[in-house]
Amino acid sequence: MFTVAKKEISTYFKSPIAYVLIGLFMLMISILFYTPFSVGSGDFMVVLKNMGFFLVFLVPIMTMRILAEDRKNGTEVLLLTSPTSLTSIVLGKFFAMYFVFLVITVLSMIYPIIQFAFGGVLTVQLVGGYIGFLLLGASFVSIGVFASALTENQIVAAIISFVSLLIMWMADAFSTQVSNSFIASVMGWLSLLSRYNVFTNGILGLPEIVYFLLFTALFIFLTIRVIERRRWVQG
Amino acid sequence: MIEIQNLTKKYGQIVAVNNISFNVNKGEIVGFLGPNGAGKSTTMNIITGYLPSTAGTVKVDGYDIMTHPSEVKKRIGYLPEAPPLYRDMTVTEYLKFVSNLNNVPKKNQKGQMADIMELVGLTDHRKRLIDNLSKGYRQRVGLAQALIGNPEVLILDEPTVGLDPKQIIEIRRVIKALSQERTIILSSHILPEVSAICERVVIINKGIIAAEDTPERLSMGLDQTLKLSLTIMGPKDKVIETVKKINGVKYMEEAGMAGEKSYKYILEGISEKNDIREKLFYAMAENGWPLLEVKSSVMTLEDIFISVVTKGQEV
Repeated sequence: MFTVAKKEISTYFKSPIAYVLIGLFMLMISILFYTPFSVGSGDFMVVLKNMGFFLVFLVPIMTMRILAEDRKNGTEVLLLTSPTSLTSIVLGKFFAMYFVFLVITVLSMIYPIIQFAFGGVLTVQLVGGYIGFLLLGASFVSIGVFASALTENQIVAAIISFVSLLIMWMADAFSTQVSNSFIASVMGWLSLLSRYNVFTNGILGLPEIVYFLLFTALFIFLTIRVIERRRWVQG
Repeated sequence: MIEIQNLTKKYGQIVAVNNISFNVNKGEIVGFLGPNGAGKSTTMNIITGYLPSTAGTVKVDGYDIMTHPSEVKKRIGYLPEAPPLYRDMTVTEYLKFVSNLNNVPKKNQKGQMADIMELVGLTDHRKRLIDNLSKGYRQRVGLAQALIGNPEVLILDEPTVGLDPKQIIEIRRVIKALSQERTIILSSHILPEVSAICERVVIINKGIIAAEDTPERLSMGLDQTLKLSLTIMGPKDKVIETVKKINGVKYMEEAGMAGEKSYKYILEGISEKNDIREKLFYAMAENGWPLLEVKSSVMTLEDIFISVVTKGQEV
């Protein structure tokens, strides 16, 4: 697991992808950080809320190659015929992606630190908000990794994860439009946004923590199953 | 060492490998021969645990690939048809990654990598990016990868494909050197290669085993039938008529004109004991038809292969 994770991380930081992604993300949150301040608000939670939305665009680009590329280049054979188990390979890939995400998260902390330096208050809510952001990131990355396992085409993988993330993000908004109460409640339950908002509203909810962790575990499990199943079905 | 029993693989309706069985003994080097699409790569992918079989069992050193995959994978080094390389890595980085994947203890890694790179001739290229290497060198990296972890069994899928003649000879030399202490299965559709390296040949066609023996015995089995190429100056029809009267001639065919009045012929189905060349000479001399050329040829592994494969198609 550690071997695969280490290799993937070094691949990301040797190629321009990681830097482009980090650069883009920093640009976006810098603009976001600047805007509320220019109108006189000092609540970083607003920024954090929107950072979650940026992940909908960022994570698919980040994760699209993680498994699809191995399949395309035939290096999948190397991994699958090595004594390392499929579970540890997939976990290694997931944690490599999560590491890149962590780098982004840590870099985004410059802004609360700036705020703090200029007399802002470092609240417990902010810590809670970041915990929510980390959990949200884990669930997003797991969907991205899953989408990358579905196809050998990176672009298709990116589109699949982008669309699924977008739907899950907006499920809450859609659910109010649906008259059938059962479907509405299912959509509401699926909505990652509403769970994330619990954190950005300053509440450290245990059900939400469990929800995100289970969600992530489920998609890692599904990724393993998809690869396993594909070996049985086709060449 | 490797026991394959009633192995079958279906892709949907298509049967890629149909109920094949064969064994490979410890220390043996077996050539796996067949035209493209015969099921060679599929069989190798199943032995190495990349693909599951539809039916049948594969055992390596007594361990079943389905029930003890990691025990089997530990014992096998696999070079797939397309070497599984990460092009953004240098040779050393890549081999180090493979060492870790194969759980080679950290303290042994450096020494083992150095030995392998020396063996396959990569030492001078160890710091280069795989992306910048030529095809021949990439193939060597692929081979080096299969050797990491010192596996007892090597499965090599067309190891010399796409290499230039000099590189082919070198890779063959390496494989030959490796075979001293390892069990090797090597696939190829190049026949001289198989007869040069392998102790035993398994010919596979359309998913079934068409023949299995040593290269020598395979040739002997068909060598009973010698082939003669003739050039005779004389009237075509009468020549054929006369030659066919000679005892022991089963088949004669005209193979085009050789000169103004001379024709080429091919004679097949002649056994070595019954050498008809002498009779042929006198028969032609009697009629006054000069015998311009007599060339006898032994059927090569190539002919055997083609005859085995086409026979399979007729059935």
